[in-house]
Parts: sequence; structure tokens; C-alpha cells
Amino acid sequence: MVKPTLVTNTIRARREEAGMTQADLAARIGVTRQTLIAIEQGKYSPTLEIAFQIARAFGMPLESLFQYPED
Amino acid sequence: MVYHERVAWAQLIASVITLTGYIAVLLMQSRGSDISTVDWLPPMLWTIGAGIALSIVISILWGIAAGLRDPQSATASDIRDRDISRLGGRVEHSFLVIAGLGVIALCAAGAELFWIANTMFLGFAVSALVGGIARVVAYRRGLV
Repeated sequence: MVKPTLVTNTIRARREEAGMTQADLAARIGVTRQTLIAIEQGKYSPTLEIAFQIARAFGMPLESLFQYPED
Repeated sequence: MVYHERVAWAQLIASVITLTGYIAVLLMQSRGSDISTVDWLPPMLWTIGAGIALSIVISILWGIAAGLRDPQSATASDIRDRDISRLGGRVEHSFLVIAGLGVIALCAAGAELFWIANTMFLGFAVSALVGGIARVVAYRRGLV
């Protein structure tokens, strides 16, 4: 039922670099802390809108936060 | 644990308890004789009512406990909850369709009311159970 995603992300590392807690970032992008944890662990693929909000929260382009392997 | 996950757990727990109780009551009433002669309607109505009431009570008590620990996020929900709810709904729907087809087949075969009603009831119960399991697994294992 649950298919693994090939998308990986560096949100946790960036968040810790920025000194932000999960609760801080979750509140900033308008999701629950549990959803942010699931995104960080690759257990939930965020919508494009949330992905852009996360990127904006760090002032970075999407590609530096989310990676997809080459063919 | 977010609000909708608590509700999913509450419904799952209530479904297991009430369905087990219903089956136990029917088996006790039949006492080894033909189960289709059992007066199934009162226990079925009680089971439906008890299932709804029990899931509400569990949700409320669990919500109060969660609210005492973390008042801000006790009732928070977001798009992940909606995605998981949709997944659970799709799983539930498929089992309801199977039960509905079973009821049509039983009607066509001229089956007794007991089997027709209980096939539909089992469809509701199994769809709630499987849908609840799908939601809980999606919350625990992930939805990607």
C-alpha cells in the first residue's frame, strides 16, 4: 500500500543549521509538527505548495532541499 | 499524535470491540442451533449505537488527555490528515461495494433476511475496520 518515494530531502539538516525547532518550522509553513516529522523522514511527500513554503522559509531554491535521483 | 489519528484509533478500537460483542451475542443466542433463527435486529441496532457512542467517548477522553499535554496542537489538522482520510475512504468504499454486491446476490438467490442484513452489516463493519487499519498504518508507516 505504501510505496517508497525516490524523493529525498535535507530539511532536517537545514532546519538544525538555522536553529529552528520542528514546531517553529511547522507553524511557519502551516502544518502540524507530526506532518513536518513525516516529511523530514520521507514518510510523506509534501504538496508543491508546502515544498515551496519550506524552501521560502529557508530562503533557498527547491532543488537544494529536495533531491530526485538521475535516471 | 494528531487529532485525526486519535479519531482513527478510536473508531478502530470501537469497531473491534462492538463487532466482537455482536458476534458473541449471536453465537450465545443460537447455542449451537441454526444461527439464522436468532433475533438479530436488537443486537445489531445496539451494536451500531454502541459503536458510535464508544468511538465518541474514546475520542473525547483521549482528546482531553492530549489537550492537557499540548493544548495548541490537540485539535490541529492539515493536508496530510485529509490525504490519509481520503485513502481510508477509498479502502472503505471498496469493501462496501463488495458487501452491496453480496446483498444483491443473496436477494437474487432468495436468501433469508438474516443473511442479507448481516452481509450488509458485515460489509459496514469490515469496511470500518479495514479503513481504520489503512488510516493508522498510513499515520505510522507513512503516505508517499
